[in-house]
Amino acid sequence: MRVGYQTRRSSSGDRWRRIVSGAPVRIVVVLIALIWTLPSAGLLVSSLRPATDITGSGWWTVFSHPFEASVWTLENYEQVLTTHGLANAFLNSVLVTIPSVVIPITIAAFAAYAFAWLEFPGRKLLFVIVVGLMVVPLQMSLIPLLRLYTQMDLNGTFLGVWLAHTGFGLPLAVFLLFGYISTLPVEIIESARVDGSSPLTTFTRLVLPLSVPIIASFAIFQFLWVWNDLLVALIFLGTREEVAVITARLAALVGRRGEQWHVLTAGAFVSMAVPLFVFFLLQRYFVRGLTAGSVKG
Amino acid sequence: MAATLLPAEAPRPRILTRLAAGPLRILISLIVPAITFLVLRWAFIFMRDTEADRIAIAIVALLIGVVGVWALYLVTDNLVSILPAGIRETVRPFVFVGPALVILAVYLVYPAVLTVYLSFFGPRSEEFVGLENYLFALASKDMVLALRNNVIWLIFVTSLVVSLGLIIAVLVDRIGRWEPIAKSVIFLPMAISAVGASIIWKFVYSFQPIQRPQIGLLNAVYTALGGEPQGWLILKPWNNFFLLLIMVWILTGFAMVVLSAAVKGVPAELLEAARMDGANEIRIFLGVIVPYIRGTIITITTTVLIMVLKVFDIVFVMTGGQFETEVIANRMYREMFTFGNFGHSSALAVILLVAVIPVMIYNIRSLEASRR
Repeated sequence: MRVGYQTRRSSSGDRWRRIVSGAPVRIVVVLIALIWTLPSAGLLVSSLRPATDITGSGWWTVFSHPFEASVWTLENYEQVLTTHGLANAFLNSVLVTIPSVVIPITIAAFAAYAFAWLEFPGRKLLFVIVVGLMVVPLQMSLIPLLRLYTQMDLNGTFLGVWLAHTGFGLPLAVFLLFGYISTLPVEIIESARVDGSSPLTTFTRLVLPLSVPIIASFAIFQFLWVWNDLLVALIFLGTREEVAVITARLAALVGRRGEQWHVLTAGAFVSMAVPLFVFFLLQRYFVRGLTAGSVKG
Repeated sequence: MAATLLPAEAPRPRILTRLAAGPLRILISLIVPAITFLVLRWAFIFMRDTEADRIAIAIVALLIGVVGVWALYLVTDNLVSILPAGIRETVRPFVFVGPALVILAVYLVYPAVLTVYLSFFGPRSEEFVGLENYLFALASKDMVLALRNNVIWLIFVTSLVVSLGLIIAVLVDRIGRWEPIAKSVIFLPMAISAVGASIIWKFVYSFQPIQRPQIGLLNAVYTALGGEPQGWLILKPWNNFFLLLIMVWILTGFAMVVLSAAVKGVPAELLEAARMDGANEIRIFLGVIVPYIRGTIITITTTVLIMVLKVFDIVFVMTGGQFETEVIANRMYREMFTFGNFGHSSALAVILLVAVIPVMIYNIRSLEASRR
């Protein structure tokens, strides 16, 4: 770099910088943010309008008289939750999601600890295989698993879906947790061993508490992945009302009631409520988890 | 969540050890696993029972999912402790990795091998058909269309997401205290499901006959500018672009957040020096920032490529693959459920796998490099 040589031109550089970092950049960013928000805003506003209004005029027209009570209603939400069974589907989503997050974390934590701190034959090779499995598309598993489940009577059961999500989430979980657990200070682990604590106690008393940040990151990633998943739920649970999760119910509603916007808009927001809540509450962990987990198959 | 279990669970083996010595200890070590096994077996059968009360299933489920899995590890570890001292510590690591390896074998390795095998058999997996399924997957009229669409998705989504993400990352870096809000807004779509996003955009693309007021944002703008209302989702071949824009909308925020962290890592002295040299902002962007964060750009690009390759939900919800918008993953689902052709379906899955193998190798390599 020829620092200092071209000082005479630095004033033009300064001006450039001021212009670029000034108003135009802000306007562009605001525009982009607006474009990114408008579609969701339209859906939210529409979900609060009476059914006939939604199809009768554009959602933006409410802003010409936003304070009239007659333009707003909660009826759409009431209707999707009761007659269209979304309350039930919401409960199913909760039932599917919680064990699908807890089980893989537990299993992966034990495995990651062993890969990082215990000696056993084939350790390196097995670990490389686990990491390699991370990007295998889950499509590769669907047909054989569906057959296996039919034989074992697991089709359409929550247990089947939990185990499937556990299997599909495990490579990433092991990989992430290993990355963290293997960097814990050797002295801590060694001193525990010298003090005579068994691998299990070292794990539960020492390694797990120290790994809370990475566990939180993965938990959020897996939570959103499972909650938002459609494919796995469609295949192993199906669209039967007693077991269908919220994404599957919504997809079915789009198919059958494609133009009933009062149902679809409210339904979509019911399904988004939980992820959005998690998003705003735990944004930092969320970003870290997503970034780390983005290559998941 | 797992960490909160510690106080309740951890003391158990210690109490067991203290209470039990000698033969009693061995007896307990055998009875406890037997009881655990019976409870888990009962729970397994109960949870499989689709007629049982849902709330009851839920409670059993959460107990098994949270406590049961832990109990399994504790019990097995205790069981190992009664083994002769010589082999005890050789076996113990497998108590820890064993369950993970078994699940991976059952859920990923065995199915993957079987899928490759099935891809050489007919619709019902009965007769060997050689490469016929692959011939279908690569040369039939339907599939050529689906492959074309996947290529369109790969090219446009990836380039749009990475370039938009990068540009926005650099721009928001310069707006001061509003940066976190702008980033949140653009990142938000990443939190919602593709099904939710599809409904949002289906509404934007919604179409009404010409004499009625348009309720879809796109047609409203388009007619306001003097155009005739269009059914965007059936407008071949442009409908593919309207679908892939949804994925761009979802993923741009993700690319932006990752790239933004990288952009902030560019040393200020480097930028200063370039400015002293009289380079303008665009040249600094292309000549300094982009080369400096090249590694991150490559990572993001491969990540987005993999996600786009397997796109399913958006197409499934928006068009179901009709109007020439079919893609590989959606076709695979349809071959499986609509047509019941497991041969075709398996071959399509294998094609998806083959397409990600280069990335898989790249990942393992960079992992090894980082550990060196």
